[in-house]
Amino acid sequence: MGRKEDNIAKAKDLMNKLSRIRNIGIAAHIDHGKTTFSDNLLAGCGMMSEDLAGKQLVLDYEGQEQDRGITINTASASMVHSFEGKDYLINLLDTPGHVDFGGDVTRAMRAVDGAIVLVCAVEGAMPQTETVIRQAIREKVKPVLFINKVDRLINELKVTPEEMQQRFVKIIQKYNQLLNNIVPEDLKDKWDVKVEDGTVAFGSAYYNWAISASYMKKTGLSFKDIYEYCHKDDQKTLAKKSPIHEVILDMVIDHLPSPQEAQKYRIPHIWRGDQESTLGKSMIECKENGPLALMVTKIILDPHAGEIAVGRMYSGKIERGQELYVAGMPNKNRVQQVNVMVAIDRIPVDFVSAGNIVAATGIRDAIAGSTVTDDPEAEPFERIVHVSDPVVTVAVEAKNMKDLPKLIEVLRSISKADPSIQVQINQETGENLMSGMGELHLEITEYRIRNDYKLDIVTSEPIVVYRETVGKTSPHKFEGKSPNKHNRFYIEVEPLPDNIVKALHDNVIPENVKKHKNEVAKILQELGMTKELAKGVFAIRGLNMMADTTKGIQYLFETRELIKEAFDEVMKSGPTASEPCQGVLVRLVDAKLHEDAIHRGPAQVIPAARNAIYGSITISDPVILEPMQKVFISTPQELMGDASRELNQRRAEVKDMKTEGDSVNIDSKAPVAEMFGFASAIRSATGGRVLWNTENVGFEPMPKHLQDEVIKQVRERKGLKPEPYPAEYYLD
Amino acid sequence: MSKGSLTFIGLGLHDEKDISLKGLEEIKNCSKVYAEFYTAKLIGTNINKIEEKIGKVIDILSREETEKGDKILKSATDKNIAFLTCGDSMTATTHINLRLRAIDMGIRTEVVHGSSIVTAVPGLLGLQNYKFGRTTTLAFPEKDYFPTSPYGVIKDNKKKGLHTLVLLDIQADKERYMTANEGMALLLEMEKKLKEQIITEDTIVCTVARAGSSSPTLMADRMSILKDKKFGPPLHTLVVPGKLHFMEIEALEKLAGLPVELGKKLQKL
Repeated sequence: MGRKEDNIAKAKDLMNKLSRIRNIGIAAHIDHGKTTFSDNLLAGCGMMSEDLAGKQLVLDYEGQEQDRGITINTASASMVHSFEGKDYLINLLDTPGHVDFGGDVTRAMRAVDGAIVLVCAVEGAMPQTETVIRQAIREKVKPVLFINKVDRLINELKVTPEEMQQRFVKIIQKYNQLLNNIVPEDLKDKWDVKVEDGTVAFGSAYYNWAISASYMKKTGLSFKDIYEYCHKDDQKTLAKKSPIHEVILDMVIDHLPSPQEAQKYRIPHIWRGDQESTLGKSMIECKENGPLALMVTKIILDPHAGEIAVGRMYSGKIERGQELYVAGMPNKNRVQQVNVMVAIDRIPVDFVSAGNIVAATGIRDAIAGSTVTDDPEAEPFERIVHVSDPVVTVAVEAKNMKDLPKLIEVLRSISKADPSIQVQINQETGENLMSGMGELHLEITEYRIRNDYKLDIVTSEPIVVYRETVGKTSPHKFEGKSPNKHNRFYIEVEPLPDNIVKALHDNVIPENVKKHKNEVAKILQELGMTKELAKGVFAIRGLNMMADTTKGIQYLFETRELIKEAFDEVMKSGPTASEPCQGVLVRLVDAKLHEDAIHRGPAQVIPAARNAIYGSITISDPVILEPMQKVFISTPQELMGDASRELNQRRAEVKDMKTEGDSVNIDSKAPVAEMFGFASAIRSATGGRVLWNTENVGFEPMPKHLQDEVIKQVRERKGLKPEPYPAEYYLD
Repeated sequence: MSKGSLTFIGLGLHDEKDISLKGLEEIKNCSKVYAEFYTAKLIGTNINKIEEKIGKVIDILSREETEKGDKILKSATDKNIAFLTCGDSMTATTHINLRLRAIDMGIRTEVVHGSSIVTAVPGLLGLQNYKFGRTTTLAFPEKDYFPTSPYGVIKDNKKKGLHTLVLLDIQADKERYMTANEGMALLLEMEKKLKEQIITEDTIVCTVARAGSSSPTLMADRMSILKDKKFGPPLHTLVVPGKLHFMEIEALEKLAGLPVELGKKLQKL
């Protein structure tokens, strides 16, 4: 038996020993060396040939990732590692480093209990480092720190041993500071990393070595030795004396929680059901003999097996032939094959139990983010919060008309695998829109459609997605009449306070208000809403909510769901440019209804309520919001003028400028719409000598003088008349 | 005052012959005839027969055209217009809005009544119209819409010893007419939801099918017996009786087949 086969046998055995399992992810800023790092961990454990490590990029198993040199898809792999005489099973989920793929990172975090945060010793903590820490903390995933590329510090920057130590101290301080800005009160200072206790490791993923305080004790190596080996250019010996996988996996086992420990505090955080119920208790205790609960974090498309759902088992066990339910879907799904993943190999097993990562086929209704259970009534897991929403859209057409049906199928399949891609299929106009996190995200997806699905497509120039909101509270209530004129609804809107918008964005407030009425009212009061208003909130859609502040209106409850439908409709497509609304609080302040139910059915109530909401937005200073990006640029001093010029042309606002050595770091913010084509523009302006990256930071009001033109453009593109309707239009 | 006029004419219950002589004469004086058939339908006839009877072509308005009203109001500003509806134009349907708007525009308006389900049903069953409480309608349930207020109406009426006329949904455009059986099933479903023991298998109900035709079917019995009975083609109506007068009991026995032992039991109550 080869080492790999031996490991697979051990892994199968360890799957049932919960205290010997660690589910971990790796999170880092782009180019901080994550893929090389994970490959070397796998190689060290005998899961791939050592010579290939760092070259094969096992987790980068889509050809395109290798071509582009960045990791797009989160794959998972299991490793066996021996620590203090016992074998442990480590399930590693790789996550992409580019922010455009933030959706994948957030989902992967749901499946793990611990994370290794990679920071480059040369660059230090970067903005995206903060983002990934935030993503981890949001899921109550405990992070430890690995400072990578130490060799470059020594050999390229030629720092002295003292300077090296100082740099480490600085990086660790910065990391702990970022962490403590984010963690909830109960974890303050508890998850800090310290050199002394071994929660920080240092090394070079590329040269396959690492060191930690714990490992120094074990081997007698010191920082000085490390420095010497690097300096003498003998990192091979270092890799033998202090191999990266030994050091890192020791750290993981010693400091990151087992599923059993982690589920105790993570379940109340990621699942809103009754913690005392059978399912609740079973998840908290990570029981194998309980109801089944699986959180799907990824859908992989395999040419032979079809769609494979990868996810974390939180309770029960999953077996072939089982009939399961995907939350929100009506039909049973029958599990076909149950596997564990070892890089690109799927190893079939009889069952996978709570605490492990599974890859199953047959759960055809699942999308990335689905909850799968054996009870159709079970409460699903919390919606996974995506750090940013799709902001860029392209229209997609099949090159050959006859491929249209296939295109629709492919687009649906793609958004299933990557829910951060949103697809809008319009059967009537034949216009199919695809929205993603950025230009690159869409380019990669287009590449996938052409290469993986073998479908020739034509895409439009990218356009940005806008949002609509209101600038002020309605000056008066707006009346909406039903077509038969026998029912009237009175609506006022106002801007939703920022802290509540943020709470909605962070998923602090349950979306299903009907089910969690009291909890919603309580949270809103804590956020400063009046008791009366908070208790009246009956619908949440995106970053908007609707409240009923009327009292004692007979039969109103019968129209509640219909009013909610009208609200959903308007929030999906506002009156100004038919773009989604954001940050709007809609209040139903009065209603007059016909006595008989037949005269206040859906055909009457929905248009009446819809007109009232449209109208009240129209009279409340409607505003267009545009997506913004942070833009970080690191440029040699002599090219600073060229880089600044590029920014100035793009309505960018420079926040900060710092000189470090002979380079300048520019921290700025610009509208996404202005950033199209930035990659090639800055490359040609600076001869490719400028490093830069971007991060989506949500939506901000567009300058007034630019709004009208954008509204007109968007409306015309959608086949609407160029100007929005005046309020009177909604009166009748 | 404008030159035109708008006359609402009720066509009555069943076929082209239910219109009043007065209504027929008014139509003769009109230069344009509109009608709407989305709220109800004359089961015993069709448009051709009605047009033949009145001697004029009818412009049938959709729901949207009727509710918007501009088409009919515009032509009524300078012409004499007749607007035909099933039953009585101002009962159960909601054409009062159209009349009020016409008045605002200075159009002369008039109503020519037709026979209505609201009087026909008590009449057929021998129930006294003094003893009816609020009327209610059962709607076809839709996604996110299952109004249970009819249950509340029946409850309030019963409390006061009053009968309830329960009208059944008509979706003429889809040729969907709620049957008495569907209506009873809905009432039982509301009971399941609200659990106030207002509608049970033992509750006495009356059914009227095809009021106004020459072959109406009337029945009165316990819900458990009637819920699976066949009543023939539409339209159907239900009554949930309250406290019954002795004359009403006798009428239900003789006209709607209320079992005698049930009648006796009711007499004693």
